[in-house]
Amino acid sequence: MTKHHIKLKVNGTEHDVLAEPRELLIHTLREQLDLKGPHVGCETSHCGACTVDLDGKSVKACTMFTVQAAGTDITTIEGIGTPDAMHVLQEAFREHHGLQCGFCTPGMITRAYRLLQENPTPTEEDVRFGIAGNLCRCTGYQNIVKSVMAAASELNTAKEAAQ
Amino acid sequence: MNDMTPDREERKANLKGMGCARKRVEDARFTQGKGNYVDDISLPGMLHGDFVRSPYAHARVKSINIDAAMALDGVVAVLTAKDLEPLSLHWMPTLAGDKQMVLADGKVLFQGQEVAFVVAKDRYIAADAVELVEVEYEELPVIVDPFKSLESDVVLREDLDPSADGAHGPRKHPNHIFLWEVGDKGATEAVLDEADVVAEETVYYHRTHPCPLEPCGSVASMDKVNGKLTLYGTFQAPHVVRTVASLLSGIEEHNIRVVSPDIGGGFGNKVGVYPGYVCSIVASIVTGVPVKWVEDRMENLMSTAFARDYHMHGKISATKEGKITGLWCHTTADHGAFDACADPTKYPAGFMSICTGSYDIPVAYLGVDGVYTNKAPGGVAYRCSFRVTEAAYFIERMIEVLAIELNMDAAELRRINFIKKDQFPYNSALGWEYDSGDYHTAWDKALEAVDYDGLRKEQAERVEAFKRGETRKLMGVGLTFFTEIVGAGPVKNCDILGMGMFDSCEIRIHPTGSAIARLGTISQGQGHATTFAQIIASEIGIPADSITIEEGDTDTAPYGLGTYGSRSTPVAGAATAMAGRKIKAKAQMIAAYLLEVHDDDVEFDVDRFAVKGAPERFKTMKDIAYAAYNQAIPGVEPGLEAVSYYDPPNMTYPFGAYICVMDVDVDTGTTDIRQFYALDDCGTRINPMVIEGQVHGGLTEALAIAMGQEIAYDEMGNCKTATLMDFFIPTAWETPHYTTDHTTTPSPHHPIGAKGVGESPNVGGVPAFSNAVHDAFRAFGLRQSHMPHDHWRIWKTANDLGLHG
Ligand code: FES
Ligand code: FES
Repeated sequence: MTKHHIKLKVNGTEHDVLAEPRELLIHTLREQLDLKGPHVGCETSHCGACTVDLDGKSVKACTMFTVQAAGTDITTIEGIGTPDAMHVLQEAFREHHGLQCGFCTPGMITRAYRLLQENPTPTEEDVRFGIAGNLCRCTGYQNIVKSVMAAASELNTAKEAAQ
Repeated sequence: MNDMTPDREERKANLKGMGCARKRVEDARFTQGKGNYVDDISLPGMLHGDFVRSPYAHARVKSINIDAAMALDGVVAVLTAKDLEPLSLHWMPTLAGDKQMVLADGKVLFQGQEVAFVVAKDRYIAADAVELVEVEYEELPVIVDPFKSLESDVVLREDLDPSADGAHGPRKHPNHIFLWEVGDKGATEAVLDEADVVAEETVYYHRTHPCPLEPCGSVASMDKVNGKLTLYGTFQAPHVVRTVASLLSGIEEHNIRVVSPDIGGGFGNKVGVYPGYVCSIVASIVTGVPVKWVEDRMENLMSTAFARDYHMHGKISATKEGKITGLWCHTTADHGAFDACADPTKYPAGFMSICTGSYDIPVAYLGVDGVYTNKAPGGVAYRCSFRVTEAAYFIERMIEVLAIELNMDAAELRRINFIKKDQFPYNSALGWEYDSGDYHTAWDKALEAVDYDGLRKEQAERVEAFKRGETRKLMGVGLTFFTEIVGAGPVKNCDILGMGMFDSCEIRIHPTGSAIARLGTISQGQGHATTFAQIIASEIGIPADSITIEEGDTDTAPYGLGTYGSRSTPVAGAATAMAGRKIKAKAQMIAAYLLEVHDDDVEFDVDRFAVKGAPERFKTMKDIAYAAYNQAIPGVEPGLEAVSYYDPPNMTYPFGAYICVMDVDVDTGTTDIRQFYALDDCGTRINPMVIEGQVHGGLTEALAIAMGQEIAYDEMGNCKTATLMDFFIPTAWETPHYTTDHTTTPSPHHPIGAKGVGESPNVGGVPAFSNAVHDAFRAFGLRQSHMPHDHWRIWKTANDLGLHG
């Protein structure tokens, strides 16, 4: 099958990749760009483990072809924070025990990252609804919700302080 | 000197030992996307394997043509049973003493069974090649009902001699696997015959699946130069996998290294050995390069180990006052095409014989018939200790049915039958010795916390309002009091494939006072790296933050039986404490030498040894560690390390009281969980934060099972629930908020008194949700309906009861 040249911006870096039209974005990210943060839990759009941020939207990378992502700006969990400057959400998940096996966590945090930009002051209900596209088998969500709520309030406090 | 001076308290806090809600050390890696799961492993030259699977549930394989597949660019090999046969690897032993086809040997016995293994340069080419393998099948009659299976002329397992005994004794039909009996049948039946009241019911616990978010997979790498095989994979028991791999392949065990990297949830799904593991090994041996196999979700749900599928027929007898006098149970267990349960060898129905529950029942009988059908093999303990979930669901339903029969309040019926605090250690009618418990205290605390009397009043008012046509919603109060049996197990009773179910820990203290500990278990999200360090911190006085925990690499970790059945804390946790105590004993000698006193004249105090009566004269564990490496101490070997293999004297018996309050819409069958209260008693609590997280997660898995999750087949043996579209996993939106609580009754035989908790919420949660549904309809005559209580089934129940006018 012919491969296509695709230009992508991922975590701030421009990449040129070669991909068959049928190659899924998740495989390009994981196998060509070695970004193993987003995971594959189903390949059918149900679990959200593969969630990335694409042009300001949460996208399940198992359900998009790489060729469709040409020219887009993508952020994966690897681009959300750095070891020296973790994102508030990453800290909050640790602080509030929002993860266990960690398999859903990159997708979950990436989704929450977008959710808090769509709605910076969510209620618990908003969070539960907003992350319903991401499954977790371990935590029962209670501490995930707690983590996201805590991150929201911390981000808002920081914002107020900055104003 | 043991007074709690502020200084001492501070030193204690610095350790972050047992009882502390220590934050998890695993999390930094996972929150930054730096976990290392099996599919993240990429080795130079690695090939990808994929299976050709059977579309039929029962068929003869007439021919397999691999020519077109082999002709595809990028395809390296296609393996069939014929290729595995010379190596005797076309079949493999199961953990239950049966054997299972690795690749179809003449016939297929369930839909999704592995027929051929394609090896190609990448996963896309492998998937293309799977389509090109031509298999000719001849369909055979399909049996999906275990009762019909025992009457059928169709022989499913033609490889077995019908007249020969199975692994667990005589078989009464070619499709029969075993009959396992416990207790006194005659005496129980005599009691039932004489009883004032007998309640009889069939309780079906449907087939479901652990479905961890990460599917199963392996990467095998055969290094032909050095003769070493490295196998990475989703293994809940890596050492057992190494032993099995050695026995199967003939490669000496020291030449096999099995590594469980990070595991994305297990819940029992990753205990067994799957054809994919074997095929990746063979493919790597054949091709000489590493081979990866990772299943997709559909393969996971269709072919890897299912759970439950127990048809439990029960009778429970009582006096008019409600004192239980006997319990009888016959279970028909659908094991699918191969008996691939993961139970200790002597327990073909696991610990189902804990089915007398939390009650003092003088006489009981349990018989379990295992049966073959054309369904996927398994029967694993999905977040449960070997069929305890089935047992707890059975007894907690029978109690409810008996309460109906007696026209009694179900909370009161439980209370008058609980084993009393002073009866422990308690010997149950089916042969278990319960280690410790205080059920009445836990029950009273739970009932008070939810205002039980208030709930019943509200419920009665709701029934009246419903009858007056003022509401279409009923209210259910789901009660459960469960007793688990975990921590398998004493080696004298419990083994898996002949391997005694001990576990192990090795601790090495470094000269500068930090440490590494390695265990025979493997975390799949339970947070072992955090909690085991806490045990060591409390035992030997080194801060948990200075202790690395390592698991899952058989080249470095001591042999252990792995993590399932809530056995890590009861068994490996005990080994950890015991290894710590060995270190402490040596540290005491070193301290005494350094302090120039007799060994008996120093005592341990949080993080140091001090001279008795002179607390200002002490050596910290840090001082002692350094001395262990730099001083020549007469009669003491240099170094400071210890290893412990722990064979538990008994299992542990965690218990709990769960109450679920639910509104049920009679017209739509939808439910609203208003409140869920979970009280757990898991003995000594190592990390309350981790315990609470385990309870939330287990309850949500219970919610799934009770309210919608099911592996269902049609008459043709087609699996109808092989995607996450059909197989229910609750989202955050459907999941209620949980209130957790606890009492603490330490285990008397465990070194630190801990009992294990991870599976309790699943064991207790399922009956709590299910009992709430049943309870909502109790006033209208419902005795028993089958799980999962999805909207349709609830609507149907309401309809059958004539509630739709
Ligand atoms: S892998 Fe993409 S949604 Fe599950
Ligand atoms: S932490 Fe395991 S799936 Fe979410």
